[in-house]
Amino acid sequence: MFADEPVVQMQGVSVDFGGVRALDSVSFRMFPGEIHSLIGENGAGKSTLIKALTGVQSISAGTIRVRGEQTAFTSPADAQRLGIQTVYQEMDLLPNLSVAENIMLGRERHGRFGINWKLMEADAERALDELGLDLDPRSALGTHSLAEQQLVAIARALAARAKILILDEPTSSLDQNEVSELFRVLHSLRESGVAVLFISHFLDQVYEVSDRLTILRDGRSVGEFLTSDILRIDVVSRMTGTRTRGLPSPLVADGGAELSAGAARPFFRAHHVGVNGAIAPFDLQVGEGEVIGIAGLLGSGRSELVRLLSGVERSDSGEIEIDEKRVRLRSPASALSQGVAYSSDNRAVEGIIGDFSIAENILLALQAERGWLRRLPKQHRDELVQSYMTALDIRPADPEALVKTLSGGNQQKVLLARWLALAPRLLVLDEPTRGIDMATKAEIQRLIAELAANGMSVIFISAEFRELVGLSDRIGVMRDGRLEVVLENDDLSEDRLLAIIAYGSQAGAGDDAESDER
Amino acid sequence: MRTLTRHRLFWPIAALVALVVINTLSRPSFLSVTVNDGELYGSLIDILRNSAPLMLVGIGMTLVIATRGIDLSVGAIIAISGAVALSYIANSGSPESLVTVATGIGLGIGVSLVLGLWNGFLVSVIGIQPIIATLVLMLAGRGIAMLITQGQITTITSGPYDFIASGYVFGLPVPFYISVVAVVAAALLVRRTAFGVLLEAVGINPAASRLAGIKSRGIIWIVYGFSGLLAGAAGIIYSSNISAADANNAGLNVEVDAILAVVIGGTSLAGGKFMLSGTVIGVLIIQTLTATVTFLGVPPAVTPLFKAIVVIVVCLLQSPKVRQLLTKRRKPTPRAERTETVKVSAAA
Amino acid sequence: MTAAPTLERPLAQRAPRRTPRWQLRLSAWLPVLTTSAILLAMFITGQAVFGNFFTSRLISSLFLDNAYLIVLAVGMTYVILTGGIDLSVGAVVAFSGIFGAQLLQTGWPAFIVIPAIVVSGSLIGALIGVLVQVFEIQPFIASLAAMFLARGLAYVVSLQSIAITDPAVTWLERTRFQLGGGWFVTPTVIIAVLTVAVSVWVLQYTRFGRSVYAIGGNEQSARLMGLQVARTRIAVYVISGTCAGIAGLIFAAYTGSGYSLTGLGMELDAIAAVVIGGTILTGGSGYVIGSLFGVMVYGLIEISITYIGVDSWWTKIVVGGLLLVFVVLQRLLVARRKR
Repeated sequence: MFADEPVVQMQGVSVDFGGVRALDSVSFRMFPGEIHSLIGENGAGKSTLIKALTGVQSISAGTIRVRGEQTAFTSPADAQRLGIQTVYQEMDLLPNLSVAENIMLGRERHGRFGINWKLMEADAERALDELGLDLDPRSALGTHSLAEQQLVAIARALAARAKILILDEPTSSLDQNEVSELFRVLHSLRESGVAVLFISHFLDQVYEVSDRLTILRDGRSVGEFLTSDILRIDVVSRMTGTRTRGLPSPLVADGGAELSAGAARPFFRAHHVGVNGAIAPFDLQVGEGEVIGIAGLLGSGRSELVRLLSGVERSDSGEIEIDEKRVRLRSPASALSQGVAYSSDNRAVEGIIGDFSIAENILLALQAERGWLRRLPKQHRDELVQSYMTALDIRPADPEALVKTLSGGNQQKVLLARWLALAPRLLVLDEPTRGIDMATKAEIQRLIAELAANGMSVIFISAEFRELVGLSDRIGVMRDGRLEVVLENDDLSEDRLLAIIAYGSQAGAGDDAESDER
Repeated sequence: MRTLTRHRLFWPIAALVALVVINTLSRPSFLSVTVNDGELYGSLIDILRNSAPLMLVGIGMTLVIATRGIDLSVGAIIAISGAVALSYIANSGSPESLVTVATGIGLGIGVSLVLGLWNGFLVSVIGIQPIIATLVLMLAGRGIAMLITQGQITTITSGPYDFIASGYVFGLPVPFYISVVAVVAAALLVRRTAFGVLLEAVGINPAASRLAGIKSRGIIWIVYGFSGLLAGAAGIIYSSNISAADANNAGLNVEVDAILAVVIGGTSLAGGKFMLSGTVIGVLIIQTLTATVTFLGVPPAVTPLFKAIVVIVVCLLQSPKVRQLLTKRRKPTPRAERTETVKVSAAA
Repeated sequence: MTAAPTLERPLAQRAPRRTPRWQLRLSAWLPVLTTSAILLAMFITGQAVFGNFFTSRLISSLFLDNAYLIVLAVGMTYVILTGGIDLSVGAVVAFSGIFGAQLLQTGWPAFIVIPAIVVSGSLIGALIGVLVQVFEIQPFIASLAAMFLARGLAYVVSLQSIAITDPAVTWLERTRFQLGGGWFVTPTVIIAVLTVAVSVWVLQYTRFGRSVYAIGGNEQSARLMGLQVARTRIAVYVISGTCAGIAGLIFAAYTGSGYSLTGLGMELDAIAAVVIGGTILTGGSGYVIGSLFGVMVYGLIEISITYIGVDSWWTKIVVGGLLLVFVVLQRLLVARRKR
């Protein structure tokens, strides 16, 4: 913190993906010798901002200045030339090559007969040593744990003598010791004047390591703060936009609340279901007609939790009972046959069949359940599609329109129609209202309440506390892969949720009774 | 939707018409159909008749490609099917008997079905890439066919068997009816049941299909089995045509022609939406092209050159880059777009 | 079996580093080792059954008879390492051979014709590379188009076989450098061995070679590491085409003629040899030496089948079976590595 001149200065930067504004006039700066955290929820634009800064994504408006130079990166190589090194979240390394190559490739050492492996391995070893990492540089990267691979990626950036180091979720696969080792390295990098951009969903880590933070929400910047100047609870509320967004009023809660959790008969029980090293074993019971909201930040394990409940991922431990009978949910198909339907938050990849029409998409799961030999009769199909399109007000009203041409909100409705056509007993929705317009959002919220009133159970994930509090009978809070607590939702305040997410369940312990599961 | 279909089939049909026109202009007799003994003869009839084996294989290939797969083994299966059928008939001692011929055909097609299911097993259960899984049989298949025929070109004289390729019913050649039956059967399978929809769903988006509860394993298995079955039938027609089982040359390069027919017909090799009608036209184009080359007196040797040009042009037209150049709508950089699709799952 | 387990070691603790390199890369070398074990087993069995099998003469002629296939397999290895495939090589062998034969017949001097044969292959390879990289056409289809093109061009040159009498070309095949003890090599074998040696060096000791592996591992990562993905991918097809040109030269010398119908299905033999040699078809893992062993196994199967006296079609069945075994093994290895 000795320089006043920012090493990175983005001003009014916007990025569009085919009509969708992913980054909206964002300004952002970094100083040499500081660790700067970038935080925000799913879809807030963090990845997009990094991509713009590293030349992976071209920007549609604004300016980026790096080390005083105005830049128009056209490739990652351009950014690397200016000293920007990035360690990506999905670990863009090559498991088939050696550790040394993964660190040195692109800057490999040459001797008289081509690559000098000895020198290259020695250089790589030095970079590993800086991280306190004891790996044989000659071994294949793929033989090491994910955590070690992650550290190798960081070693690569260090070996390049980065001036600006971008770490996208570097700690997600590291254990406590490895995290402190990484932080030690980051601190020493800071001393040597490197600007570090640190992206993490773990607020504890953000507070432990960073000097300054920038919060993004919905593609906009909602402020830059010195870490020491802002309380965690304020960070969370800014990330989630608790005070500014939401429905005109909590109009939907009434429908769902009639069947209170105590009265509802639990038909779905999860006992000690968990995944080693990712999701701590948890218990959860779902009553008929009950709405359970799942709160938690991105990366807290909230998606993994619901995927375990719906047969999408397999658990390492525990069991699931439906109607007091033990069931094995081996695949989505088996879960569907047990009346558990799951709708992913990733609509494009795990939801819609883009080249199919609205009608085909709506009927897909029902047809899959019937098997291909028993095709739905045409009249039945038309009636079904028509009734759902009317009920959910899907636009355009043409059942033959291709789903990929629809807006996000209408795609979500099509998916809901697909699951509702199966008449599931338990509907599991991962962020059903993200990335869709306000009107559609309100419709979907109302729909969830109506479904519950008619006896269907719903588990849904949301990043918006208002939505959670407004719709749920009970709310489960995920934090660091643990289901911290499941709370009865009577007069549950958004602040209480905020506090639990920011500080853990102890922080908020007090007036609200915890439910019996934990 | 309707305009899209028209658009997708427009060029293949135009190409077919153009080929016919070229032939007719150079020799008007191309279009003439003569009636002899109540049976129709002429170039067009020949094309319909000779296209039968490719038609069968092409239909099977269309479904396989729709699942993001490919079946390289069809040529080898053609050879095996003919070898099995003819070896049985030749060794039976009663090659004129209808029962013998029917059994032989049944055996040939049955073995082909098993081989197709074997491919399906490798792809859907073991999880081997389709190209490699079917390469195994493509390599070994001709050896197996040789083994069955003991390295000889097994020949038979069997009236009923010859009838399959050279017989006439109601004035039209039998292979034509076989093609029609195959096309109709396939169309019924994919459009009357829900098979086609589930198949396309798996081809377009496997992950979403899984979440929708589609069990893709069974579907893929059926598709490869069906492809094997049709190739087996094609092998029967082929061997009947020459009254012999030629393990070396039966169905040589047919996989390539079939893939070509599928691509020309507008089904993308990337899988997903498929068009049986397009494949039918694709097959007719290839067959007409071959006929044109002989008809015009161009040395048949040049056929591969024509095909090379056709493949390159069709693929270039399908290539996203060229499409972008042609439409020139916006100017998003292709690189950015591609990384975006790769990363979209992790985008935050 | 696998490399030194380093998974749960505490960071601070320093273990002595004495693991030999071969042990570290054992999992990568395992398929190649398997192939060489098979090769050895075939030699031993052959020797035990036939006697007079594991001889200098047999091994020398094994190289001689398969020199063209070695070169093809080497070129194919580059392509497969990037995760691609090249179906055109058989047709390119036919085309370059007959093209050269025709040129010689018309009276062109050998010192022009021989490079022309090789370059004709490179050009077809370059075409595939551009189609694949620039127009994003799948390698399978792009090389299929090139296969038609080469075959058609071969037919256009001549449908008849053209004998080659040029002394320079026949010298390549007929000259036998005796090495004593019954060992001999021909210039064609020297060319093949040189191709292998150069490729070992290129793939192991140049940035280009490592980029080939990187693209096969993960193209996106390779690009983010700043490697020249586009250039490398095109080059790989050019190399494969060039190798096919060289193989065309060797094959023409070997058969003493150019013929447009040769090389049917030769690409499949080359692919099979590469896969049997332990290169993974999805790319990123494999060695040129393995491909050499793969060709040797292929050649030995052919020889054994003549020795046993059963019919030649058994070769195809055995090669197909071996391919199956290797593909399934690879699948299991990959599945285990992913865990």
